[in-house]
Amino acid sequence: MTKPAKFIGRSVPRLEDRPLLLGQGRFAADINFPGQWHMRVVRSPVAHGKLRKIDASAALKLPGVHAVWTFADVAHIPPIGFRLTGLTALEPYRQRALASDTVRYVGEPVAAVFADDPYLAEDAADLVELDIEPLPVVLDASGPPGPFDDECNTEATVIEKKSGDVEAALRAAHQIVELDLSIGRHSGVPLETRGLIGRYDEARNVLALYGAAKVPHWNRDRLALMFGRKPESVQLFEGHVGGGFGIRGEMYPEDLLVCAAALKFRKPIKWIEDRREHLIAANHSRQQRHKIRAAIDVEGLILGIEDEFFHDNGAYARTHAATVPDLAAAMLPGPYRVPAYRAVGHMRLTNKTPCGTYRSPGRYETTFVRERLIDAIAAKTGIDAIEIRRRNLVPKSAMPYDLGFGTLGTRLIYDSGDYAKLMDKLLTAADWPAMQRDLARRRAGGEKVGAGFAMFVEKSGLGPFDKVRIEVAPSGAIEVVTGVASVGQGAETAIAQIAADTLGVNYAGIKVTHGQTDRIDKGLGAFASRVTVMCGEATRLAALKLREEALAAAAELMQTTPGALDIVDSEVVRTGAPGPSMSLAALAAATDGLSAEAEFKSSQMVYPYGAHVVQLKLDADTGGVTIERYLVAFDIGKAVNPMLVEGQIMGGMAQGLGGALYEEFLYAENGEPLSVSFADYLLPTAREVPGVEVIVTEDAPSPLNPLGVKGAGEGGITPVGAAIASAIDDALQRPGAVTQLPVTPQRLKALMAAD
Amino acid sequence: MSAKIEIMLTINGRDHAIAVEPRRTLVDAIREDCGQTGTHIGCEHGICGACTVLVDDEPVRSCLMFAVQAAGKQIRTIDGLADGDTLHPMQQAFMDHHGLQCGFCTPGFLMLAVGVLEREPYISDEDLLDVLSSNLCRCTGYQNIIKAVRAAAKEMRGK
Repeated sequence: MTKPAKFIGRSVPRLEDRPLLLGQGRFAADINFPGQWHMRVVRSPVAHGKLRKIDASAALKLPGVHAVWTFADVAHIPPIGFRLTGLTALEPYRQRALASDTVRYVGEPVAAVFADDPYLAEDAADLVELDIEPLPVVLDASGPPGPFDDECNTEATVIEKKSGDVEAALRAAHQIVELDLSIGRHSGVPLETRGLIGRYDEARNVLALYGAAKVPHWNRDRLALMFGRKPESVQLFEGHVGGGFGIRGEMYPEDLLVCAAALKFRKPIKWIEDRREHLIAANHSRQQRHKIRAAIDVEGLILGIEDEFFHDNGAYARTHAATVPDLAAAMLPGPYRVPAYRAVGHMRLTNKTPCGTYRSPGRYETTFVRERLIDAIAAKTGIDAIEIRRRNLVPKSAMPYDLGFGTLGTRLIYDSGDYAKLMDKLLTAADWPAMQRDLARRRAGGEKVGAGFAMFVEKSGLGPFDKVRIEVAPSGAIEVVTGVASVGQGAETAIAQIAADTLGVNYAGIKVTHGQTDRIDKGLGAFASRVTVMCGEATRLAALKLREEALAAAAELMQTTPGALDIVDSEVVRTGAPGPSMSLAALAAATDGLSAEAEFKSSQMVYPYGAHVVQLKLDADTGGVTIERYLVAFDIGKAVNPMLVEGQIMGGMAQGLGGALYEEFLYAENGEPLSVSFADYLLPTAREVPGVEVIVTEDAPSPLNPLGVKGAGEGGITPVGAAIASAIDDALQRPGAVTQLPVTPQRLKALMAAD
Repeated sequence: MSAKIEIMLTINGRDHAIAVEPRRTLVDAIREDCGQTGTHIGCEHGICGACTVLVDDEPVRSCLMFAVQAAGKQIRTIDGLADGDTLHPMQQAFMDHHGLQCGFCTPGFLMLAVGVLEREPYISDEDLLDVLSSNLCRCTGYQNIIKAVRAAAKEMRGK
């Protein structure tokens, strides 16, 4: 039975806020156990070299220092495996808990100090002497591969996606448009650094890991396997999480170190990463170079696209394996029809921090590349860029639209979308023609101002399943237990809204439990904008079951049939007829509690889509960029909580702006990282980030779940680099001027000097 | 390591007699020695502002101040901002305007904004933007933080 929604679709306040506002959050650093030791990781100061010797004798002499571990102490722990897109070809490139005989990036863990106090552990780490013989470094992923070890070179694997006949398309082309484009090295950089506490509970024979995030169940299973324990004897606990963005919660060397040390020393082991460590040790992302060409006909229609790209994955293949280049290759076509397509992605290793995903992985990069290409087609043909887009869009009538290949173990089929409609809505909201006229007038007056437009298709709701249990305790307390995680996005609130409407209760009275492996046996976690889609539907299904169970039990007590009953505002009432009712709490008390469990399975992702418009002004003196106006249109099928959706979009946009203009991990010629503090790696502040005019549309609900939901987490960031590049071209009146992100003040000044 | 010094830290009106090394940062003393974990550490080099507290009513980055320097001063942290169960207008405004997502930077923003508005209740929008640009947030894109602080400023002036 479908009831009108009371909570779904409304911007209700977040359940998460109060403890966070009171300073009562429980982040990893806030967790302490009596008698804990503190770990400090000694990291390689050399980008590539032979590790000859580690001398810890001076460190061990400090009172309060208990141990210094090197590779020999962790040799029994296998390398860290792959969570997604694992390929056996990548296995030789996995990272160990500590380096054995070779170091491959500055920041690679080579030793671990355990001491009573974190200051002391840091003192001791400074005393550990490393003898490293430097080797030549590989820093350019698009250059010739170098050696990784005696057997393998730095071309870890090659990804290929294709459909149609690209050679034929190129032969038949009226014109060929060719570009060479690069995206810088960025990462999520959450405000909370990583932090972990490993603890062995002797009494229960449980290895516990606190500070877990994102994928607690997968990490539990993997840790159990690596340490030869039963999954039940490993438990992961997610506390508050200070930002995820892809980077946090993956299994890193430090996870293994705190667990191994907790088991070995029988002491709680606490490790809190500092910011410098975070910027050189936690996953980087994004860095790619694309050599792309498009075959077009006389009308500017795309006949085919061929892309060869080089993905700089840093020193090792971490848990994401080939996820980012795979997504890049698969999602490059975006909202356009590309009858013939081939993408060849070289996944290369370099002597830099290893990489993983960062919000909108593969799409931020390829949206920049694809939208640059569309702009270049417009410039080459002399046809307006908006018109070129319109001509090439996948039409609504073609949905569902099968691209002819897959990614992340799913077939890539756009489930629904009306791209042209969204484009029109955004152009109308921006008053695009008036904006163009106004900018032309200002440029004629000497100002360097311009506008950019970029479109994208996102993906979300990766399966294959999620599981939810809903319990109504005899006290009447309602709890939703899930195997997903929260990274600060408001998952508890959205899940409670869905449960509340289905059950007939108030969302504010529902407790949502997530990220606790001892509360539910499985779950896939929070990534790929999957929580509201997968867990949301599992929640709805579980709530439906619970409702049936409740009504059946109530019918017996109230001497009627379940069909004559409903739950409204936590009361079991007779539909249509007045009469005695019964509170859900009383029912739960009478039945000794109610409980229902459900899984939602899905073998396909759902594809939200959108477009951004930016108007900006360049400062010829400083190379600075001022955003004058920013608009986002994003279709997510159904917005469970519009306030949270807008929050996701605005936050994503700010991160995208960082990647477009400011953020970049740079390296010296010897592989030394140059971006090791917030003074070098520049996050946008309130001064740089503009207000965003957000248009959330629900024109294309997903046919793959009954609520029609698509994920909202990434569309705020996806095309920001693309839109800004386009607007800078426009301001300079030089199509194709921007070929590289970020467009830092130095690069912009160089572009302007070339005028 | 050097010998510990006995000091008294007064946090949210309560005295904490602690012994710390001279090099111990104020934020570590607040969190670890005094158990007030509402103040967060984001960078330890004074840029992100997550650790902002009020010392004698001035916003201070507690990662850049030594604990011994704060002895005898009045320290206010997020842990003492609410009045019992009643949120401070700034906390309430952050909730009303969705000014937080993960909540990690939030204590720093709250204390920064409260400190500045207590000193300068009629601060201009431009100056307020300058003040807020001294702290980093990675989730919200700042707009809702700015809205929340402006709303709270009105509320605080009305009191």
